Amino acid sequence: MTGVANLWSYLSTTPLLWLTATILAYLAADAIARRLHNHPLANPVILSVLIIAPVLWLTKTEYATYFEGAQFIHFLLGPATIALALPLWDNRETIGTSVAPILLALVAGSVTAAGSAILLAQAFGLSTEVILSLAPKSTTAPVALGISEAVGGLPALTAVLVILTGIIGAVIVTPLMTVLRIKDWRARGFSVGLASHGIGTARAFQVNPTAGAYAGIAMALNALLTSMIVPVLVRWLI
Amino acid sequence: MLPTLGLLLACQLIGEVTVRGLGLSIPGPVLGLALLIAILRIRPALAKDLRPTITVILANLSLLFVPAGVGVIGNLDVLSEDWFALLVVLVLSTLLAMLASVGTFLAVRRLTEGRAR
Repeated sequence: MTGVANLWSYLSTTPLLWLTATILAYLAADAIARRLHNHPLANPVILSVLIIAPVLWLTKTEYATYFEGAQFIHFLLGPATIALALPLWDNRETIGTSVAPILLALVAGSVTAAGSAILLAQAFGLSTEVILSLAPKSTTAPVALGISEAVGGLPALTAVLVILTGIIGAVIVTPLMTVLRIKDWRARGFSVGLASHGIGTARAFQVNPTAGAYAGIAMALNALLTSMIVPVLVRWLI
Repeated sequence: MLPTLGLLLACQLIGEVTVRGLGLSIPGPVLGLALLIAILRIRPALAKDLRPTITVILANLSLLFVPAGVGVIGNLDVLSEDWFALLVVLVLSTLLAMLASVGTFLAVRRLTEGRAR
């Protein structure tokens, strides 16, 4: 028994265990998603979380301990954002001919994402602090946290709302576009990247490379625009 | 693989340093992305060398959100008694944002492509 205890005390002090667990959980999740033909509900992020969370709970592992290992993966979000340069470069010709749709859809989507969140939250009678934390939810996490802090929200709440928004968008985009009979991969990708940042972009790349490229554009542009419009919308609406 | 990772990290580093140094409000990685596009403009042949590694990264983008996703489960209590209202707001607002952007994109595309013809 002391052998097991010693082994556990070793594993719980090294990032190795949770780094490995995260990658293995994702590989299993991705295999399940593929077997289900990338069904919207078989989202690899949801499945991975559903595998890891019970293990953390059973082993009474704190999130901070888990994150010591998982941070190496989390860190790659930065380089992955830069990596979007390649699909943008590959699609430069079609992007060049759709500058007007891109810019106008960006403004319409960005204002709707933040504005509808504020107005709906007011209709539900949520507190001002919660509304301020909610406003930047469609933009990528590091940017959303900065905006939330700047306008007086709670960054910890924003972090949760951003991830949930990403997952919601990634799950609903395919059925929504199918119902609306929208077949343009540029428009489909753009809307999910705008509304659901990187998790939506991950979904778009899973479905179609052009959709992925346009989701990447929308995510990057929306990060820029949201940081400018949320402070203005907050002043107008709250 | 390593040269690609080195280039991605260098672009991010330059982006972060520039943003912080000049006090810009744009995210460092977004500036890094713009920098890599500028590099590809100057050296288009580079795309071929970057492709294998970048394809792997982008095909597995979901993996990178797993640590944050696990964090959500541990922090669900921040939603407190508002959780149901927040969930409804998130679903409706995400739906509206997608409809507004996809509708605008298709309408403007139709107008501009119609005029080009």
